[in-house]
Amino acid sequence: MVALGAAVLLAAALVYTSFSASTEAKEPSQLLGAAPGTSYDLTGRVVAGSVRHEGKGLRFRVADRDDASQSIPVTYSGTVPDPFRGGREIVLTGTVENGVFVGERDTLVTKCPSKFTTDSPAANAS
Amino acid sequence: MPASLGSAALAFAFLTAVFAVVAALVGSRGQRRWVDISRRAVYALCALLTFCVVTLEVAFAGDDFSFALVQQHSSIDTPAFYKLGAMWSSQEGSLLLWAWVLSIAASAALYATRGKLREVVPYATAVMAAIAAFFTGLMLFAGGVNPFETLSPAPADGIGLTPLLQHPSMMIHPPMLYSGYVAFTIPFAFAIGALIARRLDAAWIRSTRRFALIAWAFLGLGLLLGARWSYTELGWGGYWAWDPVENAALMPWLTGTAFLHSIMVQEKRGMLKAWNASLIVATFSLALLGTFLVRSGVLQSIHAFGDSTVGPYILGLIAVVLVGSTALIVSRLDDLRAPKRIDSLASREAVFLVNNLLLVALTATIFWGTFFPLIAELFTGEKASLAAPWFDRYTTPLAILLVLFTGVGPLLAWRRISWASARRVFLVPALVAVVTGVVLALVTDATQSLWALALFVFAAFALTGLAQEFWRGAAARRSLAGGSMPAALLAVVSRNRRRYGGYIVHVGVAVLLIGIAASSSFQTNRDLRLAPGESAVVDDRTFTYERPTVQAEPEALAFGAVLSVEQGGERVTTLRPSRRYFRPSGSEGGTIGSYFEGEATSEVGLEPGPTSDLWTAVQPDIAPLIGRARAADQGFRTCVRGGPGVPPQCRSLSRLMRAAAAEPRLSPVALAQIDSLQAATAERLARSYLADRGVATFRVIVDPLVAWVWIGGLIALTGALIAIWPTRRARRTPTGNGELEALKEAKYREIRDAELDHAAGKLSDEDYALLDAELRREAVEILDREPV
Repeated sequence: MVALGAAVLLAAALVYTSFSASTEAKEPSQLLGAAPGTSYDLTGRVVAGSVRHEGKGLRFRVADRDDASQSIPVTYSGTVPDPFRGGREIVLTGTVENGVFVGERDTLVTKCPSKFTTDSPAANAS
Repeated sequence: MPASLGSAALAFAFLTAVFAVVAALVGSRGQRRWVDISRRAVYALCALLTFCVVTLEVAFAGDDFSFALVQQHSSIDTPAFYKLGAMWSSQEGSLLLWAWVLSIAASAALYATRGKLREVVPYATAVMAAIAAFFTGLMLFAGGVNPFETLSPAPADGIGLTPLLQHPSMMIHPPMLYSGYVAFTIPFAFAIGALIARRLDAAWIRSTRRFALIAWAFLGLGLLLGARWSYTELGWGGYWAWDPVENAALMPWLTGTAFLHSIMVQEKRGMLKAWNASLIVATFSLALLGTFLVRSGVLQSIHAFGDSTVGPYILGLIAVVLVGSTALIVSRLDDLRAPKRIDSLASREAVFLVNNLLLVALTATIFWGTFFPLIAELFTGEKASLAAPWFDRYTTPLAILLVLFTGVGPLLAWRRISWASARRVFLVPALVAVVTGVVLALVTDATQSLWALALFVFAAFALTGLAQEFWRGAAARRSLAGGSMPAALLAVVSRNRRRYGGYIVHVGVAVLLIGIAASSSFQTNRDLRLAPGESAVVDDRTFTYERPTVQAEPEALAFGAVLSVEQGGERVTTLRPSRRYFRPSGSEGGTIGSYFEGEATSEVGLEPGPTSDLWTAVQPDIAPLIGRARAADQGFRTCVRGGPGVPPQCRSLSRLMRAAAAEPRLSPVALAQIDSLQAATAERLARSYLADRGVATFRVIVDPLVAWVWIGGLIALTGALIAIWPTRRARRTPTGNGELEALKEAKYREIRDAELDHAAGKLSDEDYALLDAELRREAVEILDREPV
């Protein structure tokens, strides 16, 4: 009985906190009218040739995975994973401020490409 | 030719697996001969799949690019060591690995149980062979995942293995994880067999317990290696990041841990039968889910291997396993009911139950968090995910309770313990825990993280309790057999491997959790921008960027830094982080710029230590080099084009190009010449990095006690190995009426355990007298069953 009660309690806590603690995943096109101050997970593809190092940080643009014309400027500082460069898919947590996506420190995740074949030389120029 | 042989062997393996299922099912109707045939079919399956793996590995080792798989995942330049590991970097190769390891484990299990468990083995064989048939069938029929696809004509070179995967861990981390996942098939198959045959005593557990332990150890080693690898890479979030694929491997390990504990309750007390069956079904399903997650791309993960065709099939298998097993368990509920109830809350079995609930709660939490993106999408239509802090919030208190119970469990005896005995065994550990808490609070900053402090206190309790167990066991042994204390300790451990091996695992887990608590709560990490000669202070240590370095390696150009570290005016160490830019291969080549814009990997500079690790990575500023490389490329193009205005230094090159244009035979020579010229230019440009003396960005981490994560993990694995290692008695398995023998053996062991507990002061005289009488009565009952 005690175990059952504890299980119900835990389940309720999980459900309750997870919805409030979660961050929504958005593509750049979905962020154009985003509320400032709300935390999002930006997902998309780094625009080739857009990566600039500025001081400790980075500036680049991220475009929708399937639509390169929809993109948003991004600033980020913190750990940059090795596979990060133009053309790669990333996930970054942050907020939208004045039309710029400001990434939280150390939240940049870069997906490693499974094969070089999907990686055209054109996309490599960052 | 070898590819078609491999393909044929794979097809034959599939047919053999299907045949083994049929033969085993015929055998289950009482046809003993067919049971033997099905067992041999599984051996044959193992031989065929071994042939497939060897064929593929020979192709990888020998650069046989007529194999599509070899062409896509290896190349001539790939170091020989990694050519062998390239097999499981691919989806096709990992499926083959799955099936192969399964066939080995199934063969071993069937060899070990020949002549035993007559009713259960045929069904277990059918289940194992069916799963093998599924995975071999998947490679043959799912489309696009046959490891023996060929390319004709064979290309001259392959694409190569992603540099990120060229790491020693790649050689052992995936196979260990897979072996762990796969080995859980064995206890699962026998559980299903026992359910179908309604043989629900502990016999199936005794026969497969060691396989469950091996699976658990492999999975644990795989997790530990993965954590270590991630720790030494930049941007992988340290040793643990609650990444879906990490979670997927942790979940079956947790339920497997619960299973290993609760089966002891079934073995000794005949209780928790339905629970054990459910746990192994859950563990196996989670293992399949782990295989699926790695390969599906449904969740965002660092381990993104690209979407694939096999995901839906594996999901289908999971559904069949879950629905089938649940229906089976429900239909056998009457047989699964325990005749007895737990005697007392102050008993080892009661603590096992608590530990099981904690582990399952932990698994449920991680499951919810991992699959939350899908759950959220279902309810709100928006993909949303949970980050590490959410996981930490729930797993931290659960882990703290677990570490407490790793100490409490071993202190309690089976069935019941009196208050007098309890006081005796709990006194010292509780005192040590309190003293540890007070000292840490006064002397260190541990109060800044109360969760971490609580964990340290409970871990102190657990470690003292475990030490006391070893001490008392050895003392009891010495009073019985004499000799020195170390000899007595060795003797008591080697005579009770399962018990003391388990305790060593507990020590390891407590140590590991201390490492995790300290390194996650008290870590300092900073980003520094330093020019050569400049310094910065991080956590009382002065880091000085002494000088930049450049190294032209065969596969990469490495830009590094020499960092000296001083503390209290004394030099502590020198760190040498670097970043390696991989040379272009094959199609990527053609420009000097591509030497600086290709794949790059960070080599961290690491100084491990017992109190803290110093960890650094460097991001060199090579933007000026890229600018110069582009200019050089421009010059090259002018050279190659030739014509008027060509600078004098490239006359010979443009002459060569003109000759090549006239005579096609010469063009490979000209291209090779250009390639080597470009490589030389790139190396010369790389060296100009030294003169630039530009500002580099450093990530510096001071990680306290993190070394104990690895040490604790290794202690736990050593304990598991001790528990797995068979005793001499077990090795000469009695033939004939094996099951009765095993039952007798188990009861004798229980009597000896109680004796040891009494001698070690864990059981009071009256408790022991009562328990001993009970156990002897049960032993006599077993002896009465023996045919005269």
